[in-house]
Amino acid sequence: MKPAKFDYFAPASVDDALALLTRYGGEAKILAGGQSLVPLLNFRLSRPAALIDINRIPELAYIRPHDGEVRIGAMTRQRTIEFAGLIAERIPLLTEATRWVGHLPIRSRGTIGGSLAHADPSAEYPAVLTALAGSVVARGPKGERIIAADEFFQTYLTTSLTADEILTEVRLPAAPAGAGYAFEELARRHGDFALVGIAAVIARQGERCTMARLATSGAGPVPLRLRAAEEILERDGLGDAAIEAAARRASELVNPDSDIHASADYRRHLAGVLTQRAVKRALTKGNRG
Amino acid sequence: MDSGEHAHVRLTVNGVPREGRCAPRKLLVDFVREDLGLTGTHVGCEHGICGACTILVDGEAMRSCLMLAVQADGAALTTVEGLARDGQLHPLQEAFREHHGLQCGFCTPGMLLTALDFLRTNPAPSEQQIREGISAVLCRCTGYHGIIKAVAAAAPVLKTS
Repeated sequence: MKPAKFDYFAPASVDDALALLTRYGGEAKILAGGQSLVPLLNFRLSRPAALIDINRIPELAYIRPHDGEVRIGAMTRQRTIEFAGLIAERIPLLTEATRWVGHLPIRSRGTIGGSLAHADPSAEYPAVLTALAGSVVARGPKGERIIAADEFFQTYLTTSLTADEILTEVRLPAAPAGAGYAFEELARRHGDFALVGIAAVIARQGERCTMARLATSGAGPVPLRLRAAEEILERDGLGDAAIEAAARRASELVNPDSDIHASADYRRHLAGVLTQRAVKRALTKGNRG
Repeated sequence: MDSGEHAHVRLTVNGVPREGRCAPRKLLVDFVREDLGLTGTHVGCEHGICGACTILVDGEAMRSCLMLAVQADGAALTTVEGLARDGQLHPLQEAFREHHGLQCGFCTPGMLLTALDFLRTNPAPSEQQIREGISAVLCRCTGYHGIIKAVAAAAPVLKTS
């Protein structure tokens, strides 16, 4: 057997799952798609006393429009998101980012809630949540609370979810009509974790940039909104010089680590290059305004 | 259930109802190989990278090393043993043989089931899309060229069948 022993439960409702979390007092792990957790179990890097498998809770898988946003149940599979017409239409940045998540067989099983709660700094969905200034819904014994993206990610693999809470829903505001978007990433091989990724959403009126959103993956312990780079575009417009200045600023703003795959300097350089590419490509997509 | 208890797993494999009992921590790939005796599915890296253990779960390709056997209770699996019918290779297997899509064969079961799901979602893929699709499985022998040719050759056959 690869994983160490654990007690196993597959509750049929969120309330039952919450009761189990409370019973184990922080010693249990929620099992969503398992594409990150099961490797940790197989290597015994994670040895929870209990696994609470939420794959048999049908109420957690849905995609619903709601006013100006789209609400996605935490157990919605990445594959479902990839092929969902509503997402392609309202949150095309998410559709594009999803194609960078592992491979199709990983996306068949992996979920949006699991990816966000795992909070791997080089994963794509945390960057999308950050770029769109979305939020998540956490349910605990005392009820629900809504956590904004910038309050959700704390550091490597750590979120502001408490041990007795479950992430149940993801809320993503739809981009303004006519906004362009792009997700750029560089990985050593297709499907590997990103060395650096950049999510961009750009709204424009003529040459004027009315809204710029830039967020990173793989360039620090948490996804980072590149506000100072966004401000350059919003102030100076969308000409080549402004885009280059924003890209330079992006590479100054990030604080990446060195590891076996790439040095911090290289990642910093990439943050600039990918920012430039992402902004330019975003401009080719939604320049109807 | 606590860690010492065994779970009853009932599922359909290649159209045949099967069942077994195992600890909740047993991986699906080990259950398929050890408890069901279907050793065509290979165990490679055991952490979702190599793709050798890929099977279809309810029609979709998944890593069987990243699922617990108990999670497949009630599911319908397709493994490599389910591809050939009545001694006739599946058209995709035929294409792999024709185009030298395998050498040692270790990645082949995962490669076949990955390609099958890929072709279902992309019935007429470009070469670039095939490259991206099969990047889900590592092959150390072929350099992938034969595999890409095989998948491209199988696409129109599967589309019409």
